[in-house]
Amino acid sequence: MTELTAKSPCDGLLPLTIGSVSCSETVFDAITSVAPYAGEAEWVSSALRGQIGAEFPAPNRATGTAHNRAVWSGRDQALVLGPRLAEIPGAAMTDQTDAWACVALDGAGARDVLARLVPVDLRDHAFSQGHAARTLIGHMTCVLMRTGENRYGIMVFRSMARTLAHDLRLAMEAVDARR
Amino acid sequence: MRVAGRGLIDRSRSVPFTFDGVRYAGFAGDTLASALLANDVRLVGRSFKYHRPRGILTAGSEEPNALVTVGVGGRQDPNVRATMQELFEGLEVRSQNRWPSLGFDLMSVSDLAAPFLGAGFYYKTFMWPRAFWEKLYEPVIRRAAGLGALSRQHNTDVYEKAFAFCDLLVIGSGPAGLMAALTAARAGADVILAEEDSRFGGRLLAEVEEVDGQPGADWAGGVIAELEAMPNVRLMPRTTVTGAYDNGTYGALERVGHHRRRRPHLPLECFWRIVAKQTVLAAGALERPVAFRNNDRPGIMTAGAVRTYLNRWGVSPGRAMTVFGTNDSAHRTARDLVDAGVHVAALIDSRHDAPASDAFPVIRGGQVCGSQGRQGLESITVRRPSGEERIQTDCLAMSGGWNPSVHLTCHTGARPVWREDLLAFVPAENAVPGLTPAGACNGEFSTAGCLRDGRAAAARALTALERPVPEAGLPVAEDDPYRTDRLWAVAGKGRAWLDFQNDVTVKDVKQAAVENFRSVEHMKRFTTQGMATDQGKNSNIAALAVLADATGREIAETGTTTYRPPYSPVSIAALGAGGQGDGFAPERLTTSHAATVEMDAPMIEAGLWYRPSFFRRQGEKTWRQSCDREVNMVRRSVGVCDVSTLGKIDLQGPDAGAFLDFVYTNTFSTLKVGRTRYGLMLREDGHVMDDGTTARLGDNHYVMTTTTAAAGEVMRHLEFVHQCHCPQMNVRFISVTEQWAQFAVAGPKARELLGRILDDPLVPGDWPFMACGAVSVQDVPGRLFRISFSGEHAYELALPACYGDALFRQLVSGAEALGGGAYGMEALNVMRIEKGFITHAEIHGRVTAFDIGMQRMVSQKKDCIGKTMSERPGLMDRGRARLVGLKPVGAVKLITAGAHLYDREADPVRQNHQGYVTSNCFSPTLDGVLALAFLQRGPERLGEVVKSVDHVRGIETLCEVVDPVFFDPEGGRVRD
Repeated sequence: MTELTAKSPCDGLLPLTIGSVSCSETVFDAITSVAPYAGEAEWVSSALRGQIGAEFPAPNRATGTAHNRAVWSGRDQALVLGPRLAEIPGAAMTDQTDAWACVALDGAGARDVLARLVPVDLRDHAFSQGHAARTLIGHMTCVLMRTGENRYGIMVFRSMARTLAHDLRLAMEAVDARR
Repeated sequence: MRVAGRGLIDRSRSVPFTFDGVRYAGFAGDTLASALLANDVRLVGRSFKYHRPRGILTAGSEEPNALVTVGVGGRQDPNVRATMQELFEGLEVRSQNRWPSLGFDLMSVSDLAAPFLGAGFYYKTFMWPRAFWEKLYEPVIRRAAGLGALSRQHNTDVYEKAFAFCDLLVIGSGPAGLMAALTAARAGADVILAEEDSRFGGRLLAEVEEVDGQPGADWAGGVIAELEAMPNVRLMPRTTVTGAYDNGTYGALERVGHHRRRRPHLPLECFWRIVAKQTVLAAGALERPVAFRNNDRPGIMTAGAVRTYLNRWGVSPGRAMTVFGTNDSAHRTARDLVDAGVHVAALIDSRHDAPASDAFPVIRGGQVCGSQGRQGLESITVRRPSGEERIQTDCLAMSGGWNPSVHLTCHTGARPVWREDLLAFVPAENAVPGLTPAGACNGEFSTAGCLRDGRAAAARALTALERPVPEAGLPVAEDDPYRTDRLWAVAGKGRAWLDFQNDVTVKDVKQAAVENFRSVEHMKRFTTQGMATDQGKNSNIAALAVLADATGREIAETGTTTYRPPYSPVSIAALGAGGQGDGFAPERLTTSHAATVEMDAPMIEAGLWYRPSFFRRQGEKTWRQSCDREVNMVRRSVGVCDVSTLGKIDLQGPDAGAFLDFVYTNTFSTLKVGRTRYGLMLREDGHVMDDGTTARLGDNHYVMTTTTAAAGEVMRHLEFVHQCHCPQMNVRFISVTEQWAQFAVAGPKARELLGRILDDPLVPGDWPFMACGAVSVQDVPGRLFRISFSGEHAYELALPACYGDALFRQLVSGAEALGGGAYGMEALNVMRIEKGFITHAEIHGRVTAFDIGMQRMVSQKKDCIGKTMSERPGLMDRGRARLVGLKPVGAVKLITAGAHLYDREADPVRQNHQGYVTSNCFSPTLDGVLALAFLQRGPERLGEVVKSVDHVRGIETLCEVVDPVFFDPEGGRVRD
């Protein structure tokens, strides 16, 4: 029997560099949804800190660093991007590792590219490092994070990876063409 | 002609271009309009209705006459205003609405017929015969009347949309706008300065009056340089703010690529949505023409535009100029022309107390009452108390006063206020929340007044933003008072034009009043005044003043028509930017997509998903051949189908079971771990919402499946029920649809195939029908569900999505080795109809559990969402249309979905309607056509013959009413 080979969501679609902005796939060891049960928020947050060194994020925020990150993804819910988590009693957890296409948009002008697709105020004081949003990118729902001065993390459903790459490419081309 | 020593153009750079195929040259910095005037081209277009020769009237976006077509083929862009088109090398422009040529337009015969073509002519004339309207009248009128045309080719230009945010949006960059932007920017606010023109400065670029001791243009340049250096300022030239919307949101159109040669990927236009906490509107004012006989001849322009062409572009539109005005600003035009060495034959001022001049003759108390010339102005007739006289002139500059650009202040419903001292409408107080009008658009016409007003508006915005207002002096500038005579139309015979673009005259407006279209809104629709691309910017106020006169009312009482977005035309391509081709909607692709396409399977859309219709094999010519083979394959050996698109929702928590009991009609808290159950979900109104299977993976852990297209709706429903009806329930749920690649493996050889794929053999006793549990494939943990939508012995195998592609290929090749293969949506549909399984073709939103024969699934032992409402009178009435199967029994063997059912002998009319067909197929298993339908009292009528009539396709079929489960009603195969 042939070997069961794994494919990442953006396989064959990325990386892509146009002008000063590049777009690449970020692959995490695991993506885990963590949803504390009623009354368990503090306990779950400290358990999370014990495992990835970052607390459970407040709404519209992300905590942690590059491969130990937790991003708010909904009411009483966060996605933990990084190592595979040990079970946290007091929280509902699901494996979401393969459910998301994760992309990093990087470089001077990244914000201008996002301004073509995302209806969110991305000015420094309104969306600084550590900020996150559940919003739209083009016609798709997404998780958006600011992970650096000119760096953003974008997550969409895996099935939409091709459309994400398409929409980002057009926006990157249009922004670059203005230079 | 070009005038030496004036203008903000670069005379060292010549820019060649063509107009109607003729080569001309302008200078860098020119617009198409200024370059045409510099080349003495006066005739640039034909009017909409009468095909009258027309020239350039204005110098801005309000231009009604000089509409041209730029580019060819798919990139052809009609109705471009020559006043807004910047010159660039290689620009190719054509005039429009003329045939065969601009100079000799055969359609201009309609001008001779003008006595018959007055306002309302079309409405009154082309009434009958009714059928002629669409087939004859409209096409003919459309050809004769018109603007530019589309190429009818696919537009290959790039357009874009974007979002921007700021503390203060300043609209317009004249003295008021610049002062507002500067004040706010120095206070540290985030400022966006949007300017319609390519260059910042507004009227300062067009006037010679100084600001702070330097030319206005230089002062503006200095301010812009300071703003440009500030990180909190964003300058947006070539950007027209087109609409004001709720919550500080503005639409704006940026012309990104119109002013240069096409460049790959460079958008032609960008439609911005700007969200501003505060806004200063400094939109300026538009000069109004005066209506007099034949005031539409090429060479007759607004006085402010003549000044603009002279001072900004170094162009005099004529050699022997005349000026006709009702106010002091007309005198500036004459003064500037004389200063530039251009001959001014006369200035005619309607005021008896008009100021005199040493530099040019002033005719006080005079009016221009006519013009002469063939395709351009040659002379005017001036009337004064002493009599009429002709004056030779090739260009008349006219000024009837100034209209503040109040448009944006009216976009959210406010009405402008009439000011008798200005004879103009000004914005109402607080017309748009957060927006402060300043300068000329607010009725403040002097430069010093605009600077003051701009600063005050910024101070008001800064206070609202809770920022301190910086102390600073105001630049010194002219502060002349504004006064204008009341003169809308010069009395006399002949046609005096109000709306140049839509060919509406003073007489037309008076005729509207005569015919009792006295409301300004009715007058507009009767005459079409204000309905063209300039939206009446040049004509609205004069037209309603004439109407007020004709109806004996005050202007304030008459009011204006409604100002609506957009302020100036926005191309649909810009509004829909990003939506062409692949940008239309996201495409959701399964992990098996690549392999499926490789297998030559045509894809169909299911919601946003793409799924295979059927897998075409060599020799198969029609979809039916493929479909029949796939059905037989599943029924005889084994088939593989990607079912990952079905919604999968993971539910966990101590109350997960109770929550499911509440959202499903049947009970899930009693389901054993390791088992799956079919569930039915109602909407709150008691009708069926969705169905699917839910598996219990652990004591507090379930996975629900939903229909593909209903996944989002069900998720939203669960959130609503949890947050609003039972927030006390300790349950957490999340979509896991995308995490799992899930494949149906169906058929008598399903177990054999899985035995070759799974790491551990399937022990039959461990995997009864509806079992579920953990399995592994090459040590990758997965899930297996023994469920069936085909009626066969079947499983669904789920692995993490990264293995989906590999797993699908392995399953298909394994199935093919067993005489089976992949199957698509067509075969899936045939097999579910054979089994009488419902889809959203049946549960289309208007049926109840009772209608589909599932009333017993609504548990009597508990409550659930929709239960009470489903018990409303009538929802369980025996006479309702209820689910049945149909088989053809007559000569016609075809039943079509969408057909309606009638008693065998009844007339197929609405009154005799008995039901309708929802699904149909050809069943290779049963060798005949099958259909599912809703029929009144259906289940009580098994064995009866009814008539199915498809009125659209013209098919009438006699059908026997049968049980909806056609195949294997005992379900032996699925349990085998």
